[in-house]
Amino acid sequence: MKKGLFALAISIGLIGCAEQDNNSTTTQVKQPFPNEVVVYSARAEHLIKPLFDEFTKQTGIGVKFQTGNANALVERLKAEGDQSPADILMTVDAGNLWYAASQGLFQPLNSARIASQIPAHLRDPNNLWTGLSVRARTIVYSSERVDPQQLSSYEDLGSAKWQGRLCLRTSGSVYNKSLVAAMIAHNGEQQTEQTLKNWVGNLASKPQAKDSQVLDAILAGQCDVGIVNTYYFGRMQADKPDMALKLFWANQASTGTHINVSGAGILNSAKNYDGAVKLLEWLVSDDAQGIYGALNKEYPANPKIGVDAQVDSWGRFKQDDLNLSRVGELQQQATMLINRAGYE
Amino acid sequence: MNPKHYWQITLWALIILISLPILRILSAWLEPSGAIWAHLYATLLSDILTNTLWLLLGVGLGVTLLGVGLAWFVTMCEFPGRRVLEWMLFLPFAIPAYVLGFVFIGLFDYAGVVQSALRTWFDMGGLDIRDGRWAVMLVMTLVFYPYVYMLARNAFYSQNNSLIESARLLGLTPFGVFWRVSLPLARPAIAAGAMLSLMEVLADFGTVSMFNYSTLTSAIFSVWEDFRSLQTAAQLSTLLLGIAVLLIFIERWSRGRARYDTHQRLHARPYKLQGVRAWLVTGFVTIVVVLAFVLPVSQLVIWAIGYVAEEWTERYIDWISNSFILALGAALLTVGLAVLVNSVRQQTRLSWPIKLGLRFANLGYALPGSVLAVGIMLLIIDLGEWLAPGSGIWLSSGVLALLLAYMVRFLAVAYGPVESSFDTITPSMTEAARSLGASTSRLVSHVYFPLLKPGLVIAGFMVAVDVMKELPATYLLRPYGWDTLAIRVYELSAEGLYERAAIPSLILLLLGLLGLYMVSHITKRYKLRRH
Repeated sequence: MKKGLFALAISIGLIGCAEQDNNSTTTQVKQPFPNEVVVYSARAEHLIKPLFDEFTKQTGIGVKFQTGNANALVERLKAEGDQSPADILMTVDAGNLWYAASQGLFQPLNSARIASQIPAHLRDPNNLWTGLSVRARTIVYSSERVDPQQLSSYEDLGSAKWQGRLCLRTSGSVYNKSLVAAMIAHNGEQQTEQTLKNWVGNLASKPQAKDSQVLDAILAGQCDVGIVNTYYFGRMQADKPDMALKLFWANQASTGTHINVSGAGILNSAKNYDGAVKLLEWLVSDDAQGIYGALNKEYPANPKIGVDAQVDSWGRFKQDDLNLSRVGELQQQATMLINRAGYE
Repeated sequence: MNPKHYWQITLWALIILISLPILRILSAWLEPSGAIWAHLYATLLSDILTNTLWLLLGVGLGVTLLGVGLAWFVTMCEFPGRRVLEWMLFLPFAIPAYVLGFVFIGLFDYAGVVQSALRTWFDMGGLDIRDGRWAVMLVMTLVFYPYVYMLARNAFYSQNNSLIESARLLGLTPFGVFWRVSLPLARPAIAAGAMLSLMEVLADFGTVSMFNYSTLTSAIFSVWEDFRSLQTAAQLSTLLLGIAVLLIFIERWSRGRARYDTHQRLHARPYKLQGVRAWLVTGFVTIVVVLAFVLPVSQLVIWAIGYVAEEWTERYIDWISNSFILALGAALLTVGLAVLVNSVRQQTRLSWPIKLGLRFANLGYALPGSVLAVGIMLLIIDLGEWLAPGSGIWLSSGVLALLLAYMVRFLAVAYGPVESSFDTITPSMTEAARSLGASTSRLVSHVYFPLLKPGLVIAGFMVAVDVMKELPATYLLRPYGWDTLAIRVYELSAEGLYERAAIPSLILLLLGLLGLYMVSHITKRYKLRRH
């Protein structure tokens, strides 16, 4: 037993030393880069690190970031309160942004540049957060088996001609919840519930766990149409340029294609407000939006900025200009509707 | 004060510490959320409960049959390839369940490699393997059978050859020997292994998500995400705990009242199989090894080779060392606690409050890591506010909060093997040593420690591997700079980048295998002992 206790003591010592090592690495980073900005991000490291590295290279301001699950980060920020070291919360999906704002986490973002460059429907009406990059959630179809003349809207995917030919991602995906929320905003609850039931009736298989699985299923012939985020399509296309899949811009004749954003806001607990504003302003600039496009096939939030070549090849489309915070407000309602309609 | 009392107080303090997060979660019932429950009841509740119970039943049966069958074959029979296959059967333990999940779907689903190839050669339709329950049950059985296998194998090795020979002489068939002699001896071990597997099933989120199979745990997360209600999520978690308590009762009941103080060891394999039978057994065991290990690892390697240039960064050194340090630290702490508890139990009878607290503390294993982590975070913050308002204790707790989470979550894993090891110490040994004049420290180092070593090593290894694979609690509670391999696997696979995720998955696997090798090396002397 004594050996055990000894080993225990050593291990705690080791961990203590290791932690100090980690801390000293951050102190080393502190010296060359003043005005460090601390970011809590629900976006994964491999998507944000290239951006932050480029920002540091151009401005000399260091970025310390930690990734986490969107909800968990909000709980953590609420619990940390004023003592939180974080300056910015970066997350994906309008609903998550709306929720963080509703919990009183953000302070108003006073940046004329952002206000003028980012369209109003991609920003919070009270300036609490801003969208940084855009993705569209639209119809994807098999170019071998589907005539695009037959496609029109999301709602139409519930019609009889698509019986047994539809693949959808699970309703558990936050992107689908936002889509349904947007549909509720445009069409009302009753009609949306009917649309969902029609979709479920047309499914070729149990809803897939991921958008990439929807794309795979269409390629394999399990189904002919689906709804995915444009960047998953883009990634697959970059790997397999000759794949027999195409995007179709839904609802062009009515409300416009549903879009969503990744976005960020400055936290109330921010110690480095100026640095945080600089970072956000940089993220909506040409360079950053170029990285968003090349790295992850996303659209720039700033409409004046050029689009990545591959992304551009999908064509221009009419965006749904519903304010995204409305999508956030309706998300819970959307979920309840989804559960009632039996969309798994 | 009597030194014994110091230990008792330490024990009490630790038990309370471990139980607090669970209590915090139970306290969620103080804030009812009727509207959400009404909605759940009307829509999802019956499905998720049915799904969860079926999954438990299916996987419970699966791991028991598979684990016991395999353990019996490798301990009691000689068949071609037994030597290699025996240790290969351990290997699936190092594979995280969700990795096997996405590999299986990538290989066997409609759009997967196998079915696509079959479609090119033969004109046929396809099968959605995610339909129904069998695929997710199969995957989980293949991932979790090692718990039962490891513990049953140990138990079967502690049989006495003469016992078996007598049974045969008295006319029992091999099956009779299994049913009447080996199985009762191994019952506690099998029950413990099955229970560990089922607790893992309860807490699993990644695998069931891949199959879009709604269980109680996936409902906990979706309730948290959709209704933003941590209260309801915590309340649902208490349902999980309820099921876990039920499982524990079942396990205790199936252990029976007997205590097995045997430290016999099998010294020869009773059944030397010949001909068709031998090859059938070899075939069966090989299929399990292939499905549970060779296939997924090959797929991971193929994916990894293509993407290693894109994925590798020097951050991997950090991630590997973080995973390793956390695993080692947690293993030492949990095994240490289990040893402490059992030492006290050795000296004096545990009072019922401690026993109750212990049972309670063991429940952590069934809790999904995320809920537990939030419970711990809120707990530390509440305590911090109460003890020293405004000091930000949470922020300075660093890696300790995470280690606490690991202790709560994985105490059950360490406790079983450690308790069984302590059971091999008979009172007569202690008396004999004492009567020969051994001091306590000599008793511990020369009598207890050699007997306990295999159990402690196995316990430590199981905790270490579990911690390295652990995701949700680590994701939430880790301080800055403590990213692990499991987090990298998650972030890549969450974005559908399975090929890139293969690289950290393989490194995790390698670390697990390294640990496995060390364990088998240390416990080598304890397999067959030739008299």
